Amino acid sequence: MNLATIAWKNVRQRGLASSLTAISVALGVMLMVMVLVIYGILQNTFNQRSINYDLIVGPKGSPLQLVLSTVYHISPPIENLPYRFYEDMKKDPRVTVAIPIAMGDVTDKGNFPIVGTLPEFFKIEYAPKREFRVKGTEFHQPFDAYIGSRVAMENKWDVGTKLKLRHGGAAGDHVHDEEFTVVGLLQATGTPHDKTVYVNLEGFYQIQGHDKPLNEAIKREREFFGEPPLNDDEMAAEIKKIQAKFGAHDHAHGHEGHDHAHHDHQTAPIQKEVTSILLQCKTPIAARLLESELKKGNKAQGVNPILPMQALMTTIVGPIQQMLLVMTAMIVLVSGIGIFVSIYNSMTARRREIAIMRALGAQRSTVFAIILAESIILCIGGGLLGLLLGHGMVFVAAPIVEVQAGVIVNPLAFETAELVLFPVLLLMAVLIGILPGMTAYQTDVAESLSS
Amino acid sequence: MSLELRNVTKTYREPGGGRLPVLNIANFTLAAGEQVVLVGSSGGGKTTLLNIIAGITTPDEGQVRIDGTDLSQLPEAARDRFRAERLGYVFQTFNLLPAFTALENVLLGMSFSGKRPDRARAIQLLDQVGLKHRLYHKPSQMSVGEQQRTSVARALVNTPRLLLADEPTANVDAANQQNILDLLRSSCKEHNVSLLLVTHASEVAGQFNRVEKLADFNKPVRDGGA
Repeated sequence: MNLATIAWKNVRQRGLASSLTAISVALGVMLMVMVLVIYGILQNTFNQRSINYDLIVGPKGSPLQLVLSTVYHISPPIENLPYRFYEDMKKDPRVTVAIPIAMGDVTDKGNFPIVGTLPEFFKIEYAPKREFRVKGTEFHQPFDAYIGSRVAMENKWDVGTKLKLRHGGAAGDHVHDEEFTVVGLLQATGTPHDKTVYVNLEGFYQIQGHDKPLNEAIKREREFFGEPPLNDDEMAAEIKKIQAKFGAHDHAHGHEGHDHAHHDHQTAPIQKEVTSILLQCKTPIAARLLESELKKGNKAQGVNPILPMQALMTTIVGPIQQMLLVMTAMIVLVSGIGIFVSIYNSMTARRREIAIMRALGAQRSTVFAIILAESIILCIGGGLLGLLLGHGMVFVAAPIVEVQAGVIVNPLAFETAELVLFPVLLLMAVLIGILPGMTAYQTDVAESLSS
Repeated sequence: MSLELRNVTKTYREPGGGRLPVLNIANFTLAAGEQVVLVGSSGGGKTTLLNIIAGITTPDEGQVRIDGTDLSQLPEAARDRFRAERLGYVFQTFNLLPAFTALENVLLGMSFSGKRPDRARAIQLLDQVGLKHRLYHKPSQMSVGEQQRTSVARALVNTPRLLLADEPTANVDAANQQNILDLLRSSCKEHNVSLLLVTHASEVAGQFNRVEKLADFNKPVRDGGA
């Protein structure tokens, strides 16, 4: 019978006390594991590996909001930009790829965000060396849609499914009549793409109400580009000119009396808006130059998609994580003290048992090692239980966090930092076991046997 | 294994600060394979003597030689090893470990001797003491007599060279008393093991050729006494 078996038998003999102390360690470790894993998930979600664009261009406002809305779809868009601005960006010699993004609606069922974009979006790696894999056909008809893996799974949608858009987000009460057809399923990426529905931008603009009323669109565009406002006559002439070219009409009358299902005019570019623009630039320096140029203006901003998230992680999430880690470490420490008290208190009652082992030939170092092993069993056993509980909690909480926070959580996520827990627990176990171990070491055999 | 005690004294500290003499043995010997019964009054130092022979307690003075090795001169770790490897001890109060089954208690005796636990031998010994049906019972699930028989099996499991037995039959019924005595004696005879058995039962002592009264050779003297 080896020392570990003897120690294990002793631990089992004091079943209730042992269980309670091990559980207290387990709870501390569980919390610590959860903090580590959740922070790791946030870090992975918001780090530079999750996006393959140099700049996100959007209206002036909070850079963080622009990134959260464009990349992670967990914040409302700031405002919109004229389509002409997107075309200007596309023509900029420093830009190699410009992808317009239009947002604001959600799916009628399940409230998944709708993103209008171009088919080119899917031909570009969504993250460095990670390409979209699509099960389905090309995304080219105006009312074609691709859906993320999570959208497909939760709604049980497949190629051929028809879907409608709820206007203005989850709180919106208007469901557009136009139907999009799922022509492709995006394979899981572990990113926000999984819970997004992508529709063809062309179709997005053809949805009733998505094209801005002409007079408003003209005013807005002139204001955006710093052009002088038109008087009434000039405005009327401009509207007439656009209508003649594109057959566009003014939507000032709203939805009433309008045949939504038949939308036979072409949307004039001036009526189109984009929520943001994803840019790949020729060089990182070109991206920085463009970013600083945009900063000088007062209508739009270019944001490196990494920096606001890193700032968020460093200034808010990081300190919160550290605080939580300190708190959970305190819990583990208190649990450790509990184990110490439990073992130490048991020593008085166990003096005779120790003396018996010594009388049978166990050396002082052997009984010391047995007590130490008991401490290690309780700490490491509690730690393993905590590890399982922590990951179990993450597994159970993953879908809830996804729904509540909009962040994709891998239920099987594991953080390498967790590996540090066990050497630390081992060290704690040794420290805890030393004093009771010394008591065992110093036990007077004859006196304890006769007591 | 031969045993020889020369000028062994042992005192205990008294609450008042003085020393209480317990042992003062000028000479006591036990030949290899010899079986001796030691009788004495309660508090006469029998258990202290066995503890000194077992190396659990050290004498204040004197020599305890076992096969020529002076046990009292050995470092503690060496005494522990010696006890584990060569001595068997049947305690008056059984001293079984409550967390372990009868079989595990017997195997534990082997574990500290550095030997590979021989499960078959442990079961065989428990069978010999009539406890085959109690292998997986813990001490709390056994009668007093069964616990005593388990402690006998544990003392014999390492095939010791010297077996010390402190009232081994005190808590068992007459039938089992004889079984235990027979087992102890036959095991010792078979392996040429020396046996030193302490008892106050005349029916036990009567079965041995050599019976020693502790008072005959133990003459504790208070400081300043004659």
